[in-house]
Amino acid sequence: MAEEGQEVKLLGSWYSPFVFRVRWALKLKGIQYEYIEQDLNNKSSLLLHYNPINKKVPVMIHGGKPIAESLVIIEYMDETWKHNPILPVDPYQKAMARFWAKFIEEKFTVARTLILDGEQQKKEVKQARDVLEILEGELKGKRFFGGDTIGFLDIVLGRIPGWLGAIEEVACIKVFDPIEYPRMKKWMDSFSELPMIKESLPPRNNLVQHFHKFRQHGRDPTTRTGFHY
Amino acid sequence: MSGTDLKLLGTKESLFTYRIVWALKLKGIEYEFVEEDLFNKSPLLLESNPIYKKVPVLIHGGKPISESLVILDYIDETWKNNPILSTDPQERAYARFWAKFVDEKFYEASIKAFFLTGEDQAKGVESIAEALQFLEGEIAGKKKFFFGGEAIGFLDIVVGWIAHWFQFVEEVGGFKVMDSMKYPAFDSWTKNFLEVPVIKENLPPHEELRRVFQGFQQMGLAAVGAKE
Repeated sequence: MAEEGQEVKLLGSWYSPFVFRVRWALKLKGIQYEYIEQDLNNKSSLLLHYNPINKKVPVMIHGGKPIAESLVIIEYMDETWKHNPILPVDPYQKAMARFWAKFIEEKFTVARTLILDGEQQKKEVKQARDVLEILEGELKGKRFFGGDTIGFLDIVLGRIPGWLGAIEEVACIKVFDPIEYPRMKKWMDSFSELPMIKESLPPRNNLVQHFHKFRQHGRDPTTRTGFHY
Repeated sequence: MSGTDLKLLGTKESLFTYRIVWALKLKGIEYEFVEEDLFNKSPLLLESNPIYKKVPVLIHGGKPISESLVILDYIDETWKNNPILSTDPQERAYARFWAKFVDEKFYEASIKAFFLTGEDQAKGVESIAEALQFLEGEIAGKKKFFFGGEAIGFLDIVVGWIAHWFQFVEEVGGFKVMDSMKYPAFDSWTKNFLEVPVIKENLPPHEELRRVFQGFQQMGLAAVGAKE
């Protein structure tokens, strides 16, 4: 069993919103760690060794042992470093947070619009908007999904403030209308203004450039496999 | 004492529902089972799981919880006897990682292989074989169950459907992947799992499963929306 004080490493990539979930969680708990940037188009032996199943980031290595999958990592963190809990403490509230996270993971797959066209792209956009509408309802009178301070769901949804704009730009779609989703708009602003978020988000231009490349490769079936977003 | 404070909405063939049945029985928890007709969903189901409208749903003291893995976690956190998850965070992370893997890679590949034909089916079958190889690697060398112990836990419960339901996915879907020679450790695990009393006494009959899968095949991919 790894202990609190043991060394923490994080394998990540600068553009992955999943990696950012873990980085924000680490920041919230004030945990020191070594960040190791990965090139997902030229995978390191380190990554292949520690995550041979998915070969993806993020991977946390704690006391030499790997943990993969962003949400699994965050649950692990809450159980290992018990201060500043990210998930609710009450079992029912925790179950609700986990349910919403699963729903978002499954249904908010808007990045696919980067490599889809026509009807398929329209379907993906509609699905994203349906999710936003449901989330709009869930925010009812709360500043953050976690209440007065950010919690698990806010972290899970962090890719909306940071990434959605760039995706919309490159895929030439409109998903987020601030007039249709006023609570979500407020949430996005509050979230983005938090110092720890503001100083960490990747520059939009860099993301746009990266997504253009992804879109190019993704729409060509011969190069699609292995090119990572 | 009846468990009117605890209800489980499910069906008698749903592999996801059985995960919850097994967990509740392992912990000796009383509950009321409410059989749902997935082609004619009850107001209670629609109210309790408005997002997905699927089973299983656990309703505890009037509060609903959906998604089998979320429900399993909730049960373990609420009734602390006979734990199904380890107390060690790394072992818990391991169980959660593999549960996600099974529910995504293995399950989705199974859907492909079951409903599709030709090249697409072959691709699905290949993905299943890959996933099975990984599972084989994980269970090989362990004493009996996924955590190397004598008692089943979270991951065994999540993988459990493969021990009983999967043969009908193959039979009705018209493909074969499971092979006791290629996956001997997994085969042993299957036999051990099905011998556990709580499991043995809580499995849908073969004929029922065969009938249900034949029904799904007729419906085509639309069935996936209605089912489990």
